[in-house]
Amino acid sequence: MTDAALPTAPAVAGRSLWATALRRLMRNRAAMVSLVVLALYTLAGIVGPMVWPHDYATVYSNYVKVPASLTPYPRANTIVPGAERALARARVEVDTVDVAGETVTLGLTASREIDPRITRYLDRSDLFSNARIVETGDDGRSAVMEADIARLTFVFGTDSNGRDLAARILVSIRISLMIGALATGVALIIGVLYGATAGFLGGRIDGVMMRIVDVLYSLPFIFFVILLVVFFGRNVVLMFIAVGAVEWLDMARIVRGQTLSLRRREFVRAAEGLGVGPAAILRRHIIPNVLGPVIIFMTLLVPKVILLESFLSFLGLGVQEPLTSLGVLISEGARNMRNAPSMLIFPSLALTILLFALNFLGDGLRDALDPKDR
Amino acid sequence: MLRYAVRRLLGAIPTLFVIITLAFFLMRVAPGGPFDQERTLEPTVMANLNKAFHLDRPLYEQYAVYLGNLLRGDLGPSFVYRDFSVGELLGAGLPISMLLGACALLLALLVGGTLGIIAALKQNSTVDYLVIAVATFGITVPNFVVAPVLSLVFGVWLGILPAGGWEGAHPAYMLLPVITLALPQIAIVARLIRGAMLEALRSDHVRTARAYGLPARLVVIVHSLRGAALPVISYLGPAAAALLTGSVVVETIFGIPGIGRYFVQGALNRDYTLVMGTVVIVAVFVVLFNLAVDLLYAAIDPRVRYD
Amino acid sequence: MAMSHRRMMFGTRASALAGALLLAWSAGAAAQTTYVRGNDGDPETLDQHKTSTVVEARILRDLYEGLVIDDASAKVTPGVAESWTVSDDGTVYTFTLREDAQWSNGEPVTADDFVYSLRRIMTPATGAKYANILYPILNAEAVNTGETAPEELGVKAVDDKTLEITLASPTPYLLELLTHQTALPVYPPAVEEFGADFVSPEHIVTNGPFRLVSFAPNDRLVAEKSETFHDADSVKIDRVVFLPIEDRATCVRRFEAGEVHSCHDLPSEQIASLRERLGDQLHIAPYLGTYYYALNPTRGALGDVNVRQALSMAIDRDFLAEEIFSGTMLPAYALVPPGISNYVEDGPQLPYANTSMLDREDEAIAMMTEAGYGPDNPITLELAYNNSENHRNAATAIADMWAPLGVNVTFNARDLPAHYAMLRDEKNFDVARAGWIGDYSDPQNFLFLNISDNDGFNYGQYDNPEYDALMDEAASEGDLDKRATLLAEAEALFLRDLPQVPLLFYSSTSLVSPKVEGWVDNVRHVHPTRFLSLSE
Repeated sequence: MTDAALPTAPAVAGRSLWATALRRLMRNRAAMVSLVVLALYTLAGIVGPMVWPHDYATVYSNYVKVPASLTPYPRANTIVPGAERALARARVEVDTVDVAGETVTLGLTASREIDPRITRYLDRSDLFSNARIVETGDDGRSAVMEADIARLTFVFGTDSNGRDLAARILVSIRISLMIGALATGVALIIGVLYGATAGFLGGRIDGVMMRIVDVLYSLPFIFFVILLVVFFGRNVVLMFIAVGAVEWLDMARIVRGQTLSLRRREFVRAAEGLGVGPAAILRRHIIPNVLGPVIIFMTLLVPKVILLESFLSFLGLGVQEPLTSLGVLISEGARNMRNAPSMLIFPSLALTILLFALNFLGDGLRDALDPKDR
Repeated sequence: MLRYAVRRLLGAIPTLFVIITLAFFLMRVAPGGPFDQERTLEPTVMANLNKAFHLDRPLYEQYAVYLGNLLRGDLGPSFVYRDFSVGELLGAGLPISMLLGACALLLALLVGGTLGIIAALKQNSTVDYLVIAVATFGITVPNFVVAPVLSLVFGVWLGILPAGGWEGAHPAYMLLPVITLALPQIAIVARLIRGAMLEALRSDHVRTARAYGLPARLVVIVHSLRGAALPVISYLGPAAAALLTGSVVVETIFGIPGIGRYFVQGALNRDYTLVMGTVVIVAVFVVLFNLAVDLLYAAIDPRVRYD
Repeated sequence: MAMSHRRMMFGTRASALAGALLLAWSAGAAAQTTYVRGNDGDPETLDQHKTSTVVEARILRDLYEGLVIDDASAKVTPGVAESWTVSDDGTVYTFTLREDAQWSNGEPVTADDFVYSLRRIMTPATGAKYANILYPILNAEAVNTGETAPEELGVKAVDDKTLEITLASPTPYLLELLTHQTALPVYPPAVEEFGADFVSPEHIVTNGPFRLVSFAPNDRLVAEKSETFHDADSVKIDRVVFLPIEDRATCVRRFEAGEVHSCHDLPSEQIASLRERLGDQLHIAPYLGTYYYALNPTRGALGDVNVRQALSMAIDRDFLAEEIFSGTMLPAYALVPPGISNYVEDGPQLPYANTSMLDREDEAIAMMTEAGYGPDNPITLELAYNNSENHRNAATAIADMWAPLGVNVTFNARDLPAHYAMLRDEKNFDVARAGWIGDYSDPQNFLFLNISDNDGFNYGQYDNPEYDALMDEAASEGDLDKRATLLAEAEALFLRDLPQVPLLFYSSTSLVSPKVEGWVDNVRHVHPTRFLSLSE
């Protein structure tokens, strides 16, 4: 075996493999649309929470679980009761309420002198802003107050704490994309290397390596997670590792199965006959040939990981409030599906579109990388 | 092949031992115990309970006792469900979970397989995209959404199926849970088969078969299915082990007395013996199914040989 | 109209299917009335001495009858004991048992059965989770810790039908205690013969209105009317099926599909829509329970009582009750819930209970500033809670209310055992969510939580000798009014020092089919099947 001859051959072939693949991918319309969608998601995740008019953590206590709507709140029929409710604890009588355009005018009387601070009762409400006393009676016991009506739009409605759902979806996309990419990445690297090694070396080593996978597969996952929380505290990066560390097992099985069959193939034997080293065979022949199933499996892994995260959050390992993830939003939505359907529909839609894009891109990549079509 | 199977089964014994040992100690390091509940117990009461369940003994001693009992086939008493032994709890629930899981698996293979083949044969056509879209939907919508929606629509709104419950193996009570369990599997099987079929359709022996003018499309399908089976089987080994041991979400939402709930509840209640029981069951399933997978490999692909 | 008609038709079909199956498997019992009762979990055990939850209480209340029982409105009523006398110093109770009390095998219920049962729960080897509830009985604690033989327990059978219970000190709530499932009798020969297995359907012998027919874990528990019960004529339901339905939304769906007649606990996020859809089938009633946050006084700023009061003041409890818990909780400004027995008319409250939120917020900010904190010098508090959607939403809302005080909140959600183990052992929290549901209707059951040596519950690590002294004094006070005053003084001290911040009082929520008659909402959420009936 000559060391000098080896590095050049794979390098040349590798470039052409990826270049061909890229060219073929560009021709696949569904894959290209998916790529655009994914890019938009990434963009939305990164800059969305910063540019969206509502912050994902702001609580609008007057708007808990309001339905999705393009017209701004408050509704005409809630303004008057809203004003009365806001002033109910201020110990004043609301005699008249007039709504004109964007302002509301209130006539007040009280049994004692009216404290000018009462404007804050209206300002505190999410319905009004800039409340001011425009006129005070001679004895100070009556007053006329004006306030602007604060117009707020919640295109996807709000959640059970009165936070804008659209803002929360944007920030959850950021978190879930990170989780999906990192955990799947970890699973991919460990799984492919482990599986290819086991399948390629075969025999006793393969047996031992696969038994280790069996052991890990059978251990109670929940305890594994609880222990991670105990020993390492709550840490989002840890969560990726936890998820990746569990999910590589299936990946390893699939790669190992493919490798077992590949290594008996003529071209692998030929390479062996030519004195190509095992590492090079793995890199040059095995891994490119298992990429197809691996990519398909990856596109299946991403949704699994994203939804698994909501369970990890339950155990305290996932993201903590006020941050959130698609999995957490969907499981919250599932509980509220009958009273606030928008809490389920929009996060689910966000996840569905993301996964559709991933799947079509995955299929496109698989087709493009198919070594037999080269 | 038989010798190989026997050797593998013998080899499973140390694997099981390692699993049981690791799980036993892993569990005990977790904070909280089986008697930590919403209302804390009096210290004297707690001491009595720990004593009654031998939790006051050194851990290695508890481990030795557990192993000894296990060898005699005794999984011990449940810490939380005190009228039953773990053996009784799992014995009552396992057949139910296995029944539902097997039905779901069958449904997934039939529907998913058909969809996958159709999609592969019509690659990049509208049919292909449609199948993939439907399949993707199956993985996108999690079971904790599918289950209540099905129950609501068919049980409450339409009133044509029970909203939940279990009456022996009555089909009306099985339909919705089986569909919920099968949906994601259908999607995965369809995608795996499609991908592998495409690869196999281009492989030499299928090309050869085509070149020889083997007329029937069926032959092509059969030939390529052989190759396509590998990744599906790799996936199905562990997936079947997971399906047959029940799903906590489906069982809780439909009120099915299977064992799926014990995995999560047992852990959340720190019901140590119950968790160990589930670990043993999963371990046995995993070992058996992986053996089956490896044997199937050799049966399907003559290039894979075990000696 | 058309829609509802269709729904009714299909609903009837589904319930007919369920009903047909129920009947088929009860073989030939045609004219039976079967009450299908949604229970929010599977019973951990049917051994009354090992139980601890309301899930088992509901079942055991139907299977057994204690000395005294809860009637339909949770009032203490004679059960096996037809009458009783109390000694002048309040420490000796003498019960006269009714002649016709029988076990399900026809044997008479005797005073010795109760002696046996009470000794059994105190015996350490029984491993009774709730033995401590009966500690007021003379020597009970000593027996339970193994210091004394069970024979020394202050329970004596004077004759077959006379039982004497001696207490360590007067306990005005003894009768309430005796309605708890831990005080129910076991049938001694069955326990002697079968040991822990006496609870299985083939061995169990009970003395209540129903007898156990079958119990399949996580599936169902079936009981049938017992013909040996002394008041069998008044029991109108022939068969009761308890379905363990952990997922509360599932119970709601099965209720709407006509598969269960009642649900005991509802998902609070659905309350508003349930009210709209089901109207008066939805029952919400005050419940003896308090939801509170413990503050850790060993953590920096929280050692300052003014900081604790400021934090409490800034919490808008009306918002929590109305918006987060959809009206299934009531704002709490005290630890002891309203409607409790043996207490003063108007219990002490936090002074700002009726102050408007804005004034409270101003005052809270002022108090924090005075203590040296505020937006310029913020403090960070770790809020620990056991994970559930409601607890998370409440924590999120409270964090938002504390923000103007210069308090940054970080969250630490754990699963339930980890959370409570942390509260008991490491106590590494600043603020921690906790809750308490009373076992019996007496303020002592809430105030004892904060006694300095109550390691299990004193999460706020309250250590006030004055408080402890008042509690001790109340414990030995025989006069109910004087005792109530002492307890109220103790609660006033608690509210002044505020080691734990009361937030909300619980309500019980249930769905009850219009077919079920005799259901009375009550503070203990107790609805024995023997007082209910089913109409067609």
